[in-house]
Amino acid sequence: MILRRTIPIWIATLGGFVMLISAFGKPIEGMGESFAEVFNVIAAIAFVLGAGSLLKANLTKISRRDAGWGFAIVTLSTFAVTLIAGIFKVGVNPSRDFPLATFSGKQTTPESPFGWLYEYAMVPLTSTMFALLAFYVASAAFRAFRAKNLEAGLLLGTAFIVLLGRTFAGVILTGWLPEWASGLRLENLSVYVMQVFNTAGNRAIIVGIALGVAATSLRILLGVDRSWMGTGGDR
Amino acid sequence: MTRQGKTWLVMCGVLAALLIARGLTGEGLGRVYVKKVEVSLGSEQVAGAQGVSQTIWKEVPADKATMKWVEWNQVAPKEFFAARAANPAQDSISLSWPRTIGLWLGAFFTLAIMSFLYADNIAYKLAEATVIGVSAAYWMVIGFWETLVPKLFGALTPTLVSKLVLPSLQPSDVVQQISMWVALVLGVMMLWRLAPRGGWIAAWPLAFIVGVTAGLKIVSHVESDLMAQAAATMQPIVEVVPSATGGTDWYATTWATLANALVLVGVVCGLVYFLFSVQHKGVIGGAARVGVWYLMITFGAAFGFTVMGRIALLAARFEFLFDDWLWLIDPNHLRS
Repeated sequence: MILRRTIPIWIATLGGFVMLISAFGKPIEGMGESFAEVFNVIAAIAFVLGAGSLLKANLTKISRRDAGWGFAIVTLSTFAVTLIAGIFKVGVNPSRDFPLATFSGKQTTPESPFGWLYEYAMVPLTSTMFALLAFYVASAAFRAFRAKNLEAGLLLGTAFIVLLGRTFAGVILTGWLPEWASGLRLENLSVYVMQVFNTAGNRAIIVGIALGVAATSLRILLGVDRSWMGTGGDR
Repeated sequence: MTRQGKTWLVMCGVLAALLIARGLTGEGLGRVYVKKVEVSLGSEQVAGAQGVSQTIWKEVPADKATMKWVEWNQVAPKEFFAARAANPAQDSISLSWPRTIGLWLGAFFTLAIMSFLYADNIAYKLAEATVIGVSAAYWMVIGFWETLVPKLFGALTPTLVSKLVLPSLQPSDVVQQISMWVALVLGVMMLWRLAPRGGWIAAWPLAFIVGVTAGLKIVSHVESDLMAQAAATMQPIVEVVPSATGGTDWYATTWATLANALVLVGVVCGLVYFLFSVQHKGVIGGAARVGVWYLMITFGAAFGFTVMGRIALLAARFEFLFDDWLWLIDPNHLRS
C-alpha cells in the first residue's frame, strides 16, 4: 500500500510544490529547473513506452491473424524503417561546423531517408487528414445548425459573418453600402465581432479554464484528487 | 463485381487516363530537380576565449579541403529547363529520382486519404497504417535526438556525446548529473508498465509527471490567463480618441467607449454563467443569459475560423496536387 499509493502521492505533491514555489522563490529556482529537465527526459522516455505498446498491440494482431493484420505489418514496417533511419541518421551529412562529429548533422533534411519519409509520407498524410475535416465540419454543420432559438441564431449568424467577412464574397455582397454605413459591411462587421464579442467571450472562457485548472491542480497536489492513480486494480 | 467495386474501377481508370494525357503534353508532370553542391571544408586553429586555441571549419577550395561531401539542393524546374537549353550536356542540375518517387508517393497518399470521402477502402487503410507507423517513429526519433541525447546522455556520457554529436556540449555540473540519474531511473521504472508483472512500479514516474504538470499549470494558467486577462479587462471604459486636428474624434471615441463597455459586460456576464454554485435566477439569471449570448457568438466565430483553417489546409493539398504533382497551375512561377 505504501509503495503503491502513499509514495506516489508524496512524489506528486513534492514535484508540484517545487514547481509552484520555484516560480516565486529565487532560492529553489534551480531546483525547479532541474525538475523540469527530469520531466522532459521522462516524457521523452515515455515515447519508448508508446512504441512498446504499439509493437505489443500490432504483434498480437498479427500473431492472432485478427482482421486487418496485413495493415499491422505495414504499420510495423514503416515504424521500423523510420526509426532506424532516424536514430542512426542514415544518409545524413555531418554539420558544417563540426564535420568530424559523425552524428552532428540534422536528420530532417529531405536528402536523408528520415527527412524523405517526413516530407513525402508524414506531411501529406497528416495534413490531408486534417484537411478532410473541412468536409465533415461542413456536413455536420449542415445537419446540426438550425436557428431554432436566439442562441442558435447568434451562433449561426456569427459563423456566417466571420466566414463571409474574411473572403471576397463578403466584400462583394456588402460593398455597395455607402461610406456612412461602412461599419455594416461584412468585412468590418467581422472585425468588430472578433474584437468585441469574441474577445469578451474568449476571456470569460479562458478565466474559467484558468480557475478550473488551478483548482484541479491544487486538489492533486494536496492529495485530495487521486483519480490519476486509477482504480488500484493494477497488478 | 459489386457496384462499389465498379465505381472504384471507373475512378481509377479515369485518373490513370488523365495522368497519361497530362504526361504526354507540355513539359510533363511530377518531377523534382536538384542542384549538385560540393561542400569542401578545411580546418583552422584560432585563439578562443581565455587564450585556448580552438578548431573552426570553413569553406575552402576543393584541392585544399580535408573534408568533402556532396549535397543536393532542390531547385525550381525552370532552372533545369534554362540550364538544359544553355547546355544540353550539363549535369549540375538533374532529375532526382528519390524525390520524384517521394512526390508521387505523397500524391498517392493524399488521394488515398481523400478517397475516404467516398467510402472506406484498402488505399485509405494502407495510408492510415503508414501514418501511424511513421508518426510514432518520427516523434520517438525527435525525442531521442532533441532531448535524450543532449540532456540525458550529454550529462551521463559527455565524452561520447561531444565526440559524436555535439562538440560544443557544455560540461554538466553535479546537480545536473544527479538529476539525470534520477530521470533515468524514473524512466526505466516507467517502462516497467510493459512488463507482465509489477506494473504499479510505473506509478512513481507517473506521479512525478502528474505533480510537475500540476505545479507548472497552476503557475502558467494563473499568470498568463487569469492575471493577464483580468488586467486586460480592467481598463478605463471611456477611451478618448484624438482627431487629426488635435481635438477629440467624437465618432471614434463613442465607438471605442462602447466597445470597451461591451467587452466588460461580456466578460462579467460570461463569468456569471460559469458560476454554478448560485442559482441562475433574477439578476444572476439575466446576466447568465447575456453571458450565453456572448458565448454563442464566440462559438460561432470559433466555428467560422475552424472551417476557414481546414479549407486553407484543403486548398494547400489541392495546390500540392495541381501545382507540385500535375503541373497544371503555376502560382509561384516555378516552371515559367
